[in-house]
Amino acid sequence: MIRLKVNGSGRQFDGDPAMPLLWYLRDLLDLTGTKFGCGAGQCGACTVHVNGSPTRACVTPMKAVSGKNITTIEGLSPEGKHPVQEAWKACHVPQCGYCQSGQIMQAVALLKDKPKPSDADIDKAMQGNICRCGTYQRIRKAIKMAAGVNA
Amino acid sequence: MSRVETVSRRGFLESMFSAGALVLGAGSLPFQAEGAVDATRAVWNPSVYLGIETDGTVIAVAHRSEMGTGIRSVLPMLLADELDADWSKVKVQQAIGDEKYGSQNTDGSCSIRDFYDAIRDAGASARLMLERAAASKWGVPASECKASNHFVTHASGKKLGYGELASLAKQQPVPAKADLRHKSEAEFRYVGKEVATIDRDDLCMGKGTFGMDAKVPGMVYASIERSPVYGGKVKSHDDSEAKKVKGVQQTVVIDRFKEPQIFQQLGGVAVIADNTWSAMQGRKKLKVDWDLGPNAGYDSEAYRKELVEKARQPQKVVRNIGDVDKVLASGAKVIEADYYVPMLAHAAMEPPAAVAEFKDGKVTAWTATQNPQAVQDAVSAAMGIAKKDVVCNVTLLGGGFGRKSKPDYVVEAAMLSKKVGKPVKVVWSREEDIKFDYFHAVAAMHMKAAVDGKGKPTAWLHRSVFPTIGSTFDASATYGQEFEMGMGWNDLPYDIPNHRAENGPAKNHVRIGWMRSVANIYHAFAIHSFVDELAAAAGRDRVEYILDLIGPARNVDPKPEGMKYWNNDQPLDKFPIETQRLRRVVEVVAEKSGWAKQKSGNGRGWGIAAHRSFLSYVAAVVEVEMDGKGGFRIPNVHIASDSGLIISPDRVKSQHEGAAVFGASIAMLGEITAANGRIVQSNFHDYQVARMHQAPVQTHVHIIPSKQRPAGVGEPGVPPVPPAICNAIFAATGKRYRDLPLKKHKLA
Repeated sequence: MIRLKVNGSGRQFDGDPAMPLLWYLRDLLDLTGTKFGCGAGQCGACTVHVNGSPTRACVTPMKAVSGKNITTIEGLSPEGKHPVQEAWKACHVPQCGYCQSGQIMQAVALLKDKPKPSDADIDKAMQGNICRCGTYQRIRKAIKMAAGVNA
Repeated sequence: MSRVETVSRRGFLESMFSAGALVLGAGSLPFQAEGAVDATRAVWNPSVYLGIETDGTVIAVAHRSEMGTGIRSVLPMLLADELDADWSKVKVQQAIGDEKYGSQNTDGSCSIRDFYDAIRDAGASARLMLERAAASKWGVPASECKASNHFVTHASGKKLGYGELASLAKQQPVPAKADLRHKSEAEFRYVGKEVATIDRDDLCMGKGTFGMDAKVPGMVYASIERSPVYGGKVKSHDDSEAKKVKGVQQTVVIDRFKEPQIFQQLGGVAVIADNTWSAMQGRKKLKVDWDLGPNAGYDSEAYRKELVEKARQPQKVVRNIGDVDKVLASGAKVIEADYYVPMLAHAAMEPPAAVAEFKDGKVTAWTATQNPQAVQDAVSAAMGIAKKDVVCNVTLLGGGFGRKSKPDYVVEAAMLSKKVGKPVKVVWSREEDIKFDYFHAVAAMHMKAAVDGKGKPTAWLHRSVFPTIGSTFDASATYGQEFEMGMGWNDLPYDIPNHRAENGPAKNHVRIGWMRSVANIYHAFAIHSFVDELAAAAGRDRVEYILDLIGPARNVDPKPEGMKYWNNDQPLDKFPIETQRLRRVVEVVAEKSGWAKQKSGNGRGWGIAAHRSFLSYVAAVVEVEMDGKGGFRIPNVHIASDSGLIISPDRVKSQHEGAAVFGASIAMLGEITAANGRIVQSNFHDYQVARMHQAPVQTHVHIIPSKQRPAGVGEPGVPPVPPAICNAIFAATGKRYRDLPLKKHKLA
């Protein structure tokens, strides 16, 4: 039996301990804000926070999150008013929007680590998150807006 | 299960309108007879884009698919504006697939172009009927009543809301088209303004429902093992190990499609399980013996050599003006070059996924599709049921780029549901998405020009060889289709007296499909790279040279006798090829990018390309900065775009920002290869697309204000970007790269 917390709620899981966290969240908890993009830790669409650290849920087996605190996009802010989400809205970042949960979770972690990131910091932190629509320049702008640094 | 209800409720028109609602259909208004009314849907007319509830809620039906362009917000915004509705009281409902809406095939960059008039007529008709209803209630002339921002008012001070008038308005006769008054530009509330899309906030909260997120009660999950070679079929299989995986319920063999492929299932062995992970794990344990079929010898490197060689030999003439051979043989200076663009995969962030339920001889599907009517066609054909017995609910799409107008994955789900007797969700992995795509075609092109003393061509030969999209619809097709040739190739509007285009045959070995901007990708790469080579040979400024090549302002009829020209299925008198508009985007992009002041060299370079596609005119200037280690960055892209009249400037900008990134992926990274009939690439590590540190840092979009007919936006930004990047690299380094992607080359 694996015990963990998801968005503050205690959960138990007795399935295949090799099942990636992604499918537990999506198929078993119906938390579908965390997206399946590659299944290989290549695209970042499945980024969640595990004990506060940005983590690719698609390559993180359930046995690795025993006793951990998981935060998904649904748990970031009850009304979607996290400063990063507000900046995302102000910059009209999403096109199709499929990657944006992962982008936002990655950006939140970046700003926790580096509250005033440089362009190089942003490149480094965000290059694991693919956006096929090509919203990168707005993502960069939104991160800077949330951080209060000059665009 | 709340998510399920959201998805299904969204789809069914029956539940959308209350009994007292005023319902209008733009397709039927004001030109359709009373007899065409379908009473099963709502009070007045089922062919709906618009309904008004008695509480004042306006329901705008979005019949086009949302894959990131903003279309399901923008068309309703246009409707609300013409209706003079309060946007905060507008609810958008996504339509199911139904031919009563007209085409729902959301590709070809034509949603606004094709529905602009119909949507405006719907809004104007409803507005007039509301005014007439108020006039009749108050006993005053309708001309004294004015609809504005969700109310109709009279000079006397009387005022009624749209909701209060809905039941009366529906009794009004449909206005004659001549009576309709469309808003003037100055009266627009939403058109031309910055209005957030309806999905923006949900998408920032992980709330949008995509095909991958669809879930219905009792649903099982399927993962399918398909033939590693296109066209192969299952000889035998052993599922004993697969069935040992916890959560796996059963396996099902899916028959191979019958030619032509179109949008049928590829065939294979499906593993049915309790959840996605178990299905995928079970699939990995399958042992399948394949009859690989005739494509097992396909090798993309050998095929490349074959295509390049073909492009160097005379081929079928598809456009001929003047006498190219005579001029080439006249002793004039001749320049020639070969260009190559590899096969590409769409790689939308959301892999294909569909839920389907077969029940009582009918199929209900929930899926991310660009074309729900194609879902109806393909599923009904596969299941042997009537088209009307296929209900296709359309979710949000996690990107489409043309892949999701081909609903093979929905066919798979429907077939499996019939076999297992439950709703089935088919989830494609990224590996499947990349290996079993409808690929963008590989193309080899040979360019040859004779130039005069100023370096301007007097004769121009362009040979192009590529497997055709037509092969997906007719397995024997090997020559380009009219629409492929009409994409920036046989409509080249340059001022050159002798011009010939030739097309060679090419056999497909995989499924070929359309991808964002389609054949324009390779044609534009060859043409605009070659233009840059000609200008370089003449030592001329590129902007001045391109303007000289385009020539004086005129409307070009590209058709020599006997040639058919596609023009996006639009008549040339409605959408002419206007060289002044192509000139204008070149001039604007040059001015805005500071072209005249930019000095290329020392590892920094500026390149330009201008291209007409999807009836729009786009010029791109790209700045590159070489890093001295074989790589480069793109600090700035400037794009000037004339797409005619536009509705949402911010969404037009975002489409072009995205086009710059999409074009950068094509130029720098994209390449699908095959060996032994098998696609080599499998995921984002070996089929790379631009990431943040590789993408253009800033794309500056300059929209040309226009009152011309709306033209394409989603695609025309892409074609000029790859050649402009390569031209910029030439300007920076003096090295010309004629085959893509650039990652294959050691850049100076």
